[in-house]
Amino acid sequence: MSLPENLKYTADHEWIALEGGLVTVGITDHAQEELTDIVFVELPEIGRVCEAEEGIAVVESVKAASDIYAPLAGEIVEVNNDLEADPALVNTDPHGKGWIFKMKVKDLADVDALMDADAYNSHIGGNS
Amino acid sequence: MNDQEIKSTPLEALHVELGGKMVPFAGWNMPVQYTSNMDEHHAVREAVGIFDISHMGQFFLRGNGAEEWLNGILSNDVSKLAIGEAQYTFILNEQGGVIDDLIIYRFGDDQIFLVVNASMIDENFAWLNDHLAEGLTLTNESDAWAGMAVQGPDAEETYAKLIPERELPKRNGIDTWEHDNQKFIVCRTGYTGEDGFEIFVSADQGPSLFKKFVNAGAKPCGLGARDSLRLEVCYPLNGSDLSPQRTPVQAGLGFFCAIDKPFIGRDILKKQKEEGLKERLVAIKYTGKGPPPRAHYGVFTKDGDQIGELSSGVFSPTLKVGIAMGYLPVEFAKIGAEVDIDVRGRKFPAKVVKKPFYKKD
Repeated sequence: MSLPENLKYTADHEWIALEGGLVTVGITDHAQEELTDIVFVELPEIGRVCEAEEGIAVVESVKAASDIYAPLAGEIVEVNNDLEADPALVNTDPHGKGWIFKMKVKDLADVDALMDADAYNSHIGGNS
Repeated sequence: MNDQEIKSTPLEALHVELGGKMVPFAGWNMPVQYTSNMDEHHAVREAVGIFDISHMGQFFLRGNGAEEWLNGILSNDVSKLAIGEAQYTFILNEQGGVIDDLIIYRFGDDQIFLVVNASMIDENFAWLNDHLAEGLTLTNESDAWAGMAVQGPDAEETYAKLIPERELPKRNGIDTWEHDNQKFIVCRTGYTGEDGFEIFVSADQGPSLFKKFVNAGAKPCGLGARDSLRLEVCYPLNGSDLSPQRTPVQAGLGFFCAIDKPFIGRDILKKQKEEGLKERLVAIKYTGKGPPPRAHYGVFTKDGDQIGELSSGVFSPTLKVGIAMGYLPVEFAKIGAEVDIDVRGRKFPAKVVKKPFYKKD
């Protein structure tokens, strides 16, 4: 299982990358392994303003639909349209081409408060 | 249902060993998948897969007059069932609604083997016993047997590799034999739309036989693949596509109901055939991309009126599109009828199509 050190994580199994004042969000390798066979991603609307932990997207596997939450308060500025044609990118490259949306967060300091790789690894019951 | 009531099949420990993701299903702890629903599904369409079906129930009916009695209970014509053959049939209530769909096999003139749905074992057994004619014995041997379905174009070859001394029965056939004091029952039936067979052995022999099939190349498959495989070929699932409120005629399965002979529920079926139906079970396919359809999603007209809901739905791994079934008023239950499926408040266009969605060449 891949667990990049440079990313931040949430308890809802999302990863967050901070780049140039924007954060990119996707689901973790652990989450895609659990869900398996992603067949549809419902993307959020660009311009949507959301609170932290608000359900804004849905990832559907063969088995079930799972909500994707805004990790922090802010505004959606970009979505990964490639997922409409190829939702399996979430399985094959969860931390790369399988990113879901980018947002401008209200307060960048909130990003620091998220879990690091070690904390997330403990959260999913792994050994560091 | 709480955890204490969850039952284990004789293969449970083996599923865990093979990496199966276990979930409760119909009161049983069953593997929903091992590695991937998609891979398991494709293995069955293209090669061979193996499923645990030990959760299903096995009843034996013995005694003089078994056929006559059963013929008054089941929808299909038992008198047409030859020794060594299988028949798909229904247990109906007085209103013609489906209590269960099952396969019966004839071992001999007065010996019939019944395989019923897991969730219905106790209810069926009680119901059949309540109606049982004198001189007949009905035994519930569900706990004594382990069952596995080996399905796919390579199923026959896999069988020949493992059991070279015994030829596989022909389509819909059944064979029983003993080897080293072990009893085997093999049926050339299945729930996937592929060639294959279902084999029953004593519970303690289950794990080793399952392992042998896996070692011979059969991919272990879970309930997820079983559901997508059966829905692609429009095989109904009791509790979803079949219910006590709907008749087999409404479900498009009137072929398995011999209304020229008396059986429980017959009068309603006859009436429906004569007077026509208000609703029918249809196959519905997305016309574009969308979230996978699932049971209970609403079905709407293009004008926005709700006309029904899905009874089953899945993303079809073979056709790469959402497929579903649902009961619709007859005026919409026509091939080509355009509808919308409501997914969390958004509408996705779909069409009523001919059954099945997928047919083997």
